[in-house]
Amino acid sequence: MNETNWHRKDLLGIAELSAAEIELILDTAESFREVAERPIKKVPTLRGKTVINLFFEASTRTRSSFEIAEKRLSADGLNFSSSSSALVKGESLVDTARNLQAMSPDLIVIRHGHPGVPHRLARLLEAGVINAGDGAHEHPTQALLDAFTIRQHKGQIGGLRVAIIGDIEHSRVVRSNIHLLQKLGASVVVAGPRTMMPVGIEGLGVDVAYSLDEALDGADVVMMLRIQLERQGRPLIPSIKEYFSLFGLTRDRLGLANEDAIVMHPGPMNRGVEIASDVADGPESVILAQVANGVAVRMAILYLLSGVRGAA
Amino acid sequence: MTADSGTLERVLDGEQMHRIVRRMAGELIEQNQGATDLVLIGIRTRGVPLAMALGEEIRRMEGGSEVPQGVLDITLYRDDLSTIAPQPVVKETHLPGSIEGRTVVLCDDVLFTGRTIRAALDALIDYGRARAVRLAVLVDRGHRELPIQADVVGHSLATTASDLVEVAFSDTDGRDEVVLHRNAR
Repeated sequence: MNETNWHRKDLLGIAELSAAEIELILDTAESFREVAERPIKKVPTLRGKTVINLFFEASTRTRSSFEIAEKRLSADGLNFSSSSSALVKGESLVDTARNLQAMSPDLIVIRHGHPGVPHRLARLLEAGVINAGDGAHEHPTQALLDAFTIRQHKGQIGGLRVAIIGDIEHSRVVRSNIHLLQKLGASVVVAGPRTMMPVGIEGLGVDVAYSLDEALDGADVVMMLRIQLERQGRPLIPSIKEYFSLFGLTRDRLGLANEDAIVMHPGPMNRGVEIASDVADGPESVILAQVANGVAVRMAILYLLSGVRGAA
Repeated sequence: MTADSGTLERVLDGEQMHRIVRRMAGELIEQNQGATDLVLIGIRTRGVPLAMALGEEIRRMEGGSEVPQGVLDITLYRDDLSTIAPQPVVKETHLPGSIEGRTVVLCDDVLFTGRTIRAALDALIDYGRARAVRLAVLVDRGHRELPIQADVVGHSLATTASDLVEVAFSDTDGRDEVVLHRNAR
């Protein structure tokens, strides 16, 4: 059993975490998973703690997942989202931070379009800060729930070959996942159209494939990324049909991966764009397990952070 | 637990522990009028080997059928989470199916302040409505801070609040014994 202790006030990214800290979060989440199977899915652990969910970017799934995690721990969660508040009415980040601090929350969950905003907030605030996605930088809780799901289905992460396919450049999920998977001893290959492949990605220690077939060869885990159709104002792909024919995961293509490979997707998925329906719904798919595990992983993070002084 | 100060005395040896566990099992059977609908739940950590030992004795006495056993982690129900840091490690809870309508015997090695049992009762209630909940402890060392008493006590031990009682089981510690560390806390 893991005997590491948690000493960080904030969870801002995977890059700064040690393998032992990652394992501690995953082990703790393992214990929290059981709460979801009880007749009464709620524990009194964070009674009297206040968590502010501060979403400057649209999010349904991540926000709901945090909200459920907060409720199951008996914390009081409040939602501020950019569409329904004064957050985008020109207030500076420092003023926002001061206003939040005045409400003396214990933890703040933040998503923001600009990288580094959670880090800035963490320095300004006494409350613990959880990064729920900052631009294309990091999305640590997604990477942790992915790792948890891989561990659940594969037993361990060390030694696995993980293929990540899609828009590598604009994905915060990729960056956090690469850091995490490598720290736990997996090897990562990324693939996608050249227009979606960031310059210098090899510097992160990953293999780069420019065809789906090449990336799938020998993969134990196939992680498909969402093609952000709403970002297509400045098109990076000629057409959805062409994307699907080159990088869409079909049942035939999946045959190139290892026999017991699992298929993942951070959601929300575009059926027929990055993934074929029969694969998304197939026996290899662990996409819904990812969603369920997200709650347990976020409960673990809320629990661990709330025990660090400065946060309480 | 380790103690680095004070004196040390052995309270029970393995043979005495085995005899006590046999008697406790007998009392549980007597109180429950058999082993029907009984569920033994060990509180992590040293309540677990006690529950196993009691289960084995009850099975032997009642002729054969296994007594369902579970493991309860009370960390999420502790009343001192906001005063200690960092957070204690949360471990898993496993109950053997539903406790609805059954008689649950909570098992723990040492009964001291009663706070662990308070947390265990709160945890248990979240799993359903047991017909009754009983408490079996190997050692009752006094100094209660809550109005909680055990139904079955293996050994009552006079202690001061600064003493430390260490229970070792062969399954977890390689030996069966109860040791009292004077002024160790």
